Amino acid sequence: MELQKEMIAEHYEALARAPREGRKTAYTFVPGNLTELIRMFDILPVLPEINALQSGMRRLSGDYIAEAEKHGHSEDVCTYVKCDIGMLKKGNIGPTGTRLPEPDLLLLSYTGCFTFMKWFELLRQEYDCPVAMLHVPYQADGIIHDHHRDYVVEQLRSEIIPKLEQVSGRKYDEDLLKARLEESARSEDDLVHVLESAKNVPSPIDSYFGGVYYIGPIFSAFRGTPEGSEYYRALRAEVDARVKAGLGPVTPDGTMKEERYRLVVEGPPNWTSFREFWKMFYDEGAVVVASSYTKVGGLYDRGFRHDPSRPLETLADYCMGCYTNLGLPSRVDLLESYMREYKADGFVINSVKSCNSFSAGQLLMLRQLEERTGLPGGFIESDLVDPRYFSAANIKNRLESYFQMLDQKRSA
Amino acid sequence: MSGNGAMRVFVGIDLGSTTTKAIVLDEAGKVLGRGITNSRSDYDVACNVAREEAFIQTRLTLVRDALSSDAGVRERGAEFLPTLERSFRLQQHLGQLERLREAIHRETAVPRHFARRKELGGVVDRIVDGMVERAPRLYAPGAARKSDFFRDLAGAEYMELAAEMCDPLGITFEMLCGVYDAAILGVENTTTDSFFERHIGDALESALDEAGPSLHEAREALRGAVETARSVGLDETATVGTGYGRQRLPFPKEQIRSEILCHGLGAHAMFEKTATVLDIGGQDTKAIQVDRDGIVTSFQMNDRCAAGCGRYLGYIADEMNLGLHELGPLAQQATSRVKISSTCTVFAGAELRDRLSMGQRREDILAGLHRSIMLRAMSLLARSGGVQTEFTFTGGVAKNPAAVDALRELVQENYGISEMNISPDSIYTGALGAALFAIRGEPAEDAA
Repeated sequence: MELQKEMIAEHYEALARAPREGRKTAYTFVPGNLTELIRMFDILPVLPEINALQSGMRRLSGDYIAEAEKHGHSEDVCTYVKCDIGMLKKGNIGPTGTRLPEPDLLLLSYTGCFTFMKWFELLRQEYDCPVAMLHVPYQADGIIHDHHRDYVVEQLRSEIIPKLEQVSGRKYDEDLLKARLEESARSEDDLVHVLESAKNVPSPIDSYFGGVYYIGPIFSAFRGTPEGSEYYRALRAEVDARVKAGLGPVTPDGTMKEERYRLVVEGPPNWTSFREFWKMFYDEGAVVVASSYTKVGGLYDRGFRHDPSRPLETLADYCMGCYTNLGLPSRVDLLESYMREYKADGFVINSVKSCNSFSAGQLLMLRQLEERTGLPGGFIESDLVDPRYFSAANIKNRLESYFQMLDQKRSA
Repeated sequence: MSGNGAMRVFVGIDLGSTTTKAIVLDEAGKVLGRGITNSRSDYDVACNVAREEAFIQTRLTLVRDALSSDAGVRERGAEFLPTLERSFRLQQHLGQLERLREAIHRETAVPRHFARRKELGGVVDRIVDGMVERAPRLYAPGAARKSDFFRDLAGAEYMELAAEMCDPLGITFEMLCGVYDAAILGVENTTTDSFFERHIGDALESALDEAGPSLHEAREALRGAVETARSVGLDETATVGTGYGRQRLPFPKEQIRSEILCHGLGAHAMFEKTATVLDIGGQDTKAIQVDRDGIVTSFQMNDRCAAGCGRYLGYIADEMNLGLHELGPLAQQATSRVKISSTCTVFAGAELRDRLSMGQRREDILAGLHRSIMLRAMSLLARSGGVQTEFTFTGGVAKNPAAVDALRELVQENYGISEMNISPDSIYTGALGAALFAIRGEPAEDAA
C-alpha cells in the first residue's frame, strides 16, 4: 500500500514537472486506456477519473463539485466530471497539491461510458489541443468478433497513432511497444495471482476496498512500466506470505480477525467516505472476495493478457473486454461465476447515483443473481465523489440488515 | 416462571425516528403490554418511558388474567376492569399534573420573572387546579381523548385555561406559554419507577367506589386479583432493540437487530402467511419479502431522502394546521384527485401553498398527496421483488385511512391483489419482532 502511494505521488510530481521538462501529456480514461502506446511516445498519461477519486478521498471534491455547479452543471451530472471541471476552474491543482499540466492531446478511448464523450467535449472547450477518439464497439453479446477487432485496429493505425506522432514528434516504433506489452503481461499475471488469492478461506485480501489499491498502478499510469512490474512482484510475494500465515486482509485497523461473510460486490465504491464505508464491512467481518469494479480497467482474471506478438490487435481486445464495455448478460455471468468460484455467501450492489453506465440495470442484475445462485443480494446507494450523497446511517442500516439476513438464512 | 418464582418476560424496543415503542411478551410469545412515546431527541429517555408504559400495561394484563382465572369474579371482573384502568390512568395523569405544577414553579423562579414571580405562580396554580378539576372528564367512561401522550393532553388544556386567565397588562399569555414550554420537557422525560405498584391501590379503591354497591360482594376477590398482579415478580429475561436509533440503546450489540428483520418477523407473527411487508415509518419506507418462517429474503429501503414518509405527512399536517390523524379522513372527502409532482419533504409546504393558491380544494390536494406517497412506495415494492399474497402494511402510516385506500388501489392495479393485512397494532410491528428475537435468543428455561 505504501509503495503504491509513493508511485502515485511520484507520477503527480512528474506531471507537475512535465511543462518545464518539455514532456507531453495526454488526458485519457482508465477503461480502455492505451498506456503502453502513449508511453511509447514518451507522453505522460493524465487520468481525470483518478484525479477525481483522489480528490474525493482527500475531501476536496465537495468544493470542486460546488464550483462546477456554479458554472451551470446540474446536480444530476456525473460527479467525476463535476469534480474535474471544478478542479480545473480552481486552477487545476491536483489532489497531491501540485499543478496539473494542460493536455497536449485529449485521447478518448470510448468504452461503454457515454459520459466520457461529453466530458471530453467539455475539456475540448477549455483547452486548445488536438483530440483523438477511439471508438470501441460495445460487447452486447459478450463476443469479440474479428470485424470488431479490425475496426479498432484500423482506427489505431489511421487516427490514434498519427495523432500521437504529431503531438510527440516521434515515430511509431512497434518494437518499443512490444517491449512494454511484455512488461504489462508480467504485471497482469501477478495481479491475477493476487486477486485469485481471495479464493482461500480466509481470504488474505479484500478484493474491493483493498482491491482498489492493488489495481491502482496497473489501471493508471504504470501498466507496461518496470515500476509497475516491480510493484506487482512485491505485492504477490506479500500476499503469498499472508496466505501461508493464514492471515486475513489488511484493513486500516490492522488485520481482519474473523472472516464471517464472503461477499461479491458490484459497482464502484464511494470515495468521499471510503474508510468509513470500508469499516462498515470489516467491523462485521465481511470481506469482499471479488468485485466488478476492480475489472473496469481490464478483465485479466478471465484469461486476457496483453500479447506482444500482435500489438495493435491485443490493444483492441483489451479495450473491448473492459467491464464497462460489457452488456448486462455478460456482467451477470461474470458475477455469478465469481460467486461460485470464490465461495461467496452473498453479493452487494453499491448503486452510484452519478454513474449511469454502472447503475443502469443493477436491479435486474440483483434479481437474476438471486435466482441463479439462490444467495441473497443487498442493495445500497451512494455516490462516487459527491459527499452529499453518502448517508452513513442509511448505508450502515442497510448493510447491518443485510448481514443479519445472511445470519438468519444460515441458521434457518 | 424463573427459578426465583418470577415470571420470565421478553422485551422488544423499537426506537423510531418519531415514536419509540416497547412490547413485553411472555415466554409463549403472548403480548402482555405495549408502550409508546414520542422519541424526542433523547433516545435513552424515550426508551425508558416506552418500556415503563409497556410494563404498566403488562401489570394491567396480569390483573385481567388474575380476574379471569377466578371463576367467582370472572364476569364481574370483566365489567370492572375498564373502570379500574380508567381510574388508574386518571391517577397517573394527576400525578403528572402535580409534577408539571412543580416544574412550572421552578421555571417561574428565573430572574426574568423576578418582579412578578408571585403573581405568575398564582395564575399557574389556578390553571393547574383547573386542569386537575377537568382531569376526570378526560377519563370518564366513553370519553374520546385526542392523544395518548400526556404532552398533547396537558398542552391543549393548559393553553385553553391560560388564554382565559391571562391578562394583557399583567401576566400575559406569552409568559404563561413560556414557562409551560420550558417545563413540559422535563415532566415528559421523568420516568416514574414502579408507578403501578405504588398507585394501583388508590386506583382500585376509587374504582370500587365508582362501581358502587353492585360489586360489594366481589370486593375482596377483586382486591386479591389486583394484589396478585401487583406482587408478581417480572424477570426481564432478554431484551432486543431495533429501529432507527438502535445504536443508542444501552445494551450490547448482540441484542440489537435491524428493523428490517424485526418488521419481517413482527409482520409474520401478526399475519402468519405474510409474504410481502410494506412499512412506512417516520423517515423510512421499507419493502420487505419474507419466507414462510418470517425470515427476510430481500428488502429495499428509500435512500437518505425521506420524501413520502410519515414525516412528510407531519409537515403537511402542520402546514394545514391539522392533527396528523385528521389528514386521512379529510383526504377521503376528495371529489377529484390533484396530481402532485413532488413528495419532497423539504418542498412539501411550497407545493401545498402552490396548489392552494391555484384554488384547489384541500381535500383534493390531500388525496393527491396520499397517492403520490404510495406511488413512491410502489416503486420500492417493485424493486424488492413485487407484491405477493399475503401482503401486510405496517408502520405509523398504516393508521391513515386515505394512505391505506391509495395503497390498496395501486396494489390492485399493479398486482391484482386486493387483500391487505393491517393490524390495529401495526405501529408495534418492529417492537414485536424485536421481542420475538429476544425469545429466540434465549434458551428455554428447561434447557437452561
